[in-house]
Amino acid sequence: MTISSTSRAGTPTSSASAASAASAAKQGTQIRLEGVTKDYGLAAPAVDDISLTIEPGEFMTLLGPSGSGKTTTLNLIAGFETLTSGTIALNGSDVGSLPPHKRNLGMLFQNYALFPHMTVAQNVAYPLKERKVPKAEIARRVSEVLDLVQLPDRDGNYPSQLSGGQQQRVALARAIVFNPAALLLDEPLGALDRNLRAALQTEIRRIHREVGSTFVFVTHDQEEAMNLSDRIALFNSGHIEQVGSPEQLYREPDTLFTARFLGDSNVFDLDGAASATSAGWDGRTWSIVPGTVSSHPGAANRAAVVVRPEDVRVAHDPADVPSGSNSVGAVVRDLEYMGSYRTALLDLGRVRQLGRARVDALDSTFTVGDQVTAWWKPERQRIVAA
Amino acid sequence: MTTTTRQRRAPRPSWLLLIPALGLLAAVLLVPLGQSLLTSVGAPGFTLEHYASLFTDGVTLTVLGRTVATAAIVTAVAFLLGYPYAYLMTRVGPRLRGVLLVIVLIPFWTSVMARNYAWIVLLQRGGPVQSVFEFFGADDIAFQGSVVGVTVAMSQVLLPFMVLPLFSSLGGIDRRLLLAARGLGSSPLVAFWKIYWPLSRGGVVSGLILVFTLSLGFYVTPALLGSPQQSLIAQLLAQRTTQLLDFAGAGALGILVLVITLTLVAWANRFGGTISAIGAAATTDRKEQR
Amino acid sequence: MTALDEHETANPATPAPAPRRPSRRDRGIDPIPWWLIVIGAVVALYFILPTLIVIPLSFSSASAFQFPPQDFSLRWYENFFTDPIWLSSLGNSFLVATLAAIIATVVGTAAAVGLDRLTGRLAAFARTLLMISLVTPAIVVAVAVYIAFLQWHLTGSVFGYVIAHAALGVPFVLVSVTAALGGFDPKLLRASASLGASPIRSFITVTMPLISRGVLTGAIFAFVTSFDEVVIALFLRSPTFQTLPVQMYNSVTFELDPTISASSSLVVVAVTIIFLVPLLIGSRRTKKR
Repeated sequence: MTISSTSRAGTPTSSASAASAASAAKQGTQIRLEGVTKDYGLAAPAVDDISLTIEPGEFMTLLGPSGSGKTTTLNLIAGFETLTSGTIALNGSDVGSLPPHKRNLGMLFQNYALFPHMTVAQNVAYPLKERKVPKAEIARRVSEVLDLVQLPDRDGNYPSQLSGGQQQRVALARAIVFNPAALLLDEPLGALDRNLRAALQTEIRRIHREVGSTFVFVTHDQEEAMNLSDRIALFNSGHIEQVGSPEQLYREPDTLFTARFLGDSNVFDLDGAASATSAGWDGRTWSIVPGTVSSHPGAANRAAVVVRPEDVRVAHDPADVPSGSNSVGAVVRDLEYMGSYRTALLDLGRVRQLGRARVDALDSTFTVGDQVTAWWKPERQRIVAA
Repeated sequence: MTTTTRQRRAPRPSWLLLIPALGLLAAVLLVPLGQSLLTSVGAPGFTLEHYASLFTDGVTLTVLGRTVATAAIVTAVAFLLGYPYAYLMTRVGPRLRGVLLVIVLIPFWTSVMARNYAWIVLLQRGGPVQSVFEFFGADDIAFQGSVVGVTVAMSQVLLPFMVLPLFSSLGGIDRRLLLAARGLGSSPLVAFWKIYWPLSRGGVVSGLILVFTLSLGFYVTPALLGSPQQSLIAQLLAQRTTQLLDFAGAGALGILVLVITLTLVAWANRFGGTISAIGAAATTDRKEQR
Repeated sequence: MTALDEHETANPATPAPAPRRPSRRDRGIDPIPWWLIVIGAVVALYFILPTLIVIPLSFSSASAFQFPPQDFSLRWYENFFTDPIWLSSLGNSFLVATLAAIIATVVGTAAAVGLDRLTGRLAAFARTLLMISLVTPAIVVAVAVYIAFLQWHLTGSVFGYVIAHAALGVPFVLVSVTAALGGFDPKLLRASASLGASPIRSFITVTMPLISRGVLTGAIFAFVTSFDEVVIALFLRSPTFQTLPVQMYNSVTFELDPTISASSSLVVVAVTIIFLVPLLIGSRRTKKR
């Protein structure tokens, strides 16, 4: 980790190409945000005092709904926006006042941003020409990187002659060909249809593995984020709600926002604050086991129990519920066939609250209108800040 | 213009609908121009002497050269003012863009004679423009009765024809391409030069040709603001017709101007439909009458 | 971009990203340089300067072309409305422009409807031919028309003016009606036919109401084109018949008559009002909905 990729790309004679970079594992750049704030003078800052350290070679996803500040944060890293306050450092050196073209970061845009008046090869060669790389080396690196993105024969085509997926591959090639310190991806798959997205997700994961540099990926699509990321930073109205691996965010959400944003969940707003061993909901008392309570400070005041539908079982006879489980009586309102399983929509006797539970697709004993008991193991639930 | 969905065979009445329009066009444009052409080649005989004398009479070529030079200056002025203006239009918010567009269209809305009258008042000897220049010590610039005044007034009239095609061309450029270029290592100026400028070239070419072509045929503005000693081709044409009654010579000159104009327009058309561009401009604004 | 949008709509499982609108944010990304704003302001002034000074000039009492205007007076308006030459020129212009606009509108609408149903090279050529007067130098047309009309004894006649100006108006009607027809769904005519209407009846009851905005716009352009036309009018004038622009031309070349200031102001105001008509009609329509 002694050679930063900033200096590596700064010396164009370096033989390091996108493909050969794969051998030198994890030589990416650390990106460190500290107290980063962007205020447009509107009601609330677009990005409010964010601190986040993205480790070298890490695939970090900035996930969040639109307007949550994730794209602004990416633009701040890229230098397309100026900081209101805070610092941004690449491998320890402050880049907050550098213009975009001096930060040496690759960027992939949702609309590809391919130059329509240049061929594929000219597009990919563009950053190398800007860096005064010798002609022969440009040709070699362009063809290498086009191989890497599996578009070896399209170098003479213009962008308009390519499909959306192919255009995004070219944009990807252009963004990595100059060995940038890190690759920033701004919803790059947002404009593609579902099948192409899946294919390109695989592609991006493979290229991340082979190139080994730091990737910062912005998306509002939680599935995409879970698929691709080493870690996810979940954004909510200008601040980071939670940072962690996809598993952590899914299994151990700290807040209701996180629990609701990633996957389906049953949410029970607790009657009062939870104690160390029990919590009350609608007159029932549920047990709590250690390690399932969020450390988020808000959880001490207002908490909710979150249970994923796949962890909720339903039984006709309350006697079938294993002891030690938490349970609630319900009426089956509807059954949705999902292929490998069915989702039971449960009426919990409360206005505007439906539960969801997973039922075996082959289990035909449940029908709409059945009185049932929904239950789950306390270790599968999570107590979050509401 | 033609819609692809309507491939069904055209019933004959559709062509009949064109007859009145084509008849009117023939009566006013095609037949008179055809007659000019015939007269100019000495019908019923055939001679090219009227064309030859255009190049040998010593006057036509001088005037043509002066006209081309004036047109080139007008075009350059319109471009230098029009490009930043059109660029600004693509950058401001929708409300201010609306205001800027209305301002562009004002020369269309102002009647030809009202506008020329205003320029006479502004540019006349002792008028406000000259006073301003005198104040700065440049007291011997004559605006009225000179090519300078003609250029100033013509550029103003023709600016919309530069701004409108430029605006439609610049407005179609995705500004995120500039961000992309900067992210790839280009400074703002380099990004402009390598990305934005090449992408705007279509609009630039059609604006340049359009303004140049239109300024070749200007009659009223040079007649009122120019001087008889420095007449332009349109005045020469008028003079040959009404004063010298040299219909054959006028015909030859008219056909020459027409051929130059239509050639330029056809050329410009390859860069993005100049005729339809004027037409599109016409639906929101109004045609300039020279 | 449209192809991509199709993908998005075809795939409801993917949440469509919010369309990027230019906002305050973009100015943060790349701000508008101050010198651009200065140039823009100067060019804008250049655009509107001549229009700006016409109206104050018309209220000046000075008997020569003078700027800035002196004192306030209505004498040039008085002159305009009492001098028979100015008044008859105004009347002639209205007469010619009205007739020319009617002819251009009828003829141009018919051509637009006809061309809308035709495809192929010949139709494209016919369309170009009908548009050609837009790019033909007015002086060339004027000279040719003058020589031809001399032989046909049409100079100085209302009929000569009207057909010459009508021909100039046709391209405007053609363009605006074609645009209106472009937004017209041909299925409506099939629906009308299936409901028992003859083609002519369908045209009157379905097509006409839907393209009326385009027709009106074209008619207005044709009217103003004729009302404001100088070059051909200068050649066709006779001692007994001339239009307002020709009288204005005379007043700056031969007579140096400041009445032109009143006339200019009136024309500018009138033309502005005429152009506002379709906007007003448009806004009333949208309000009704």
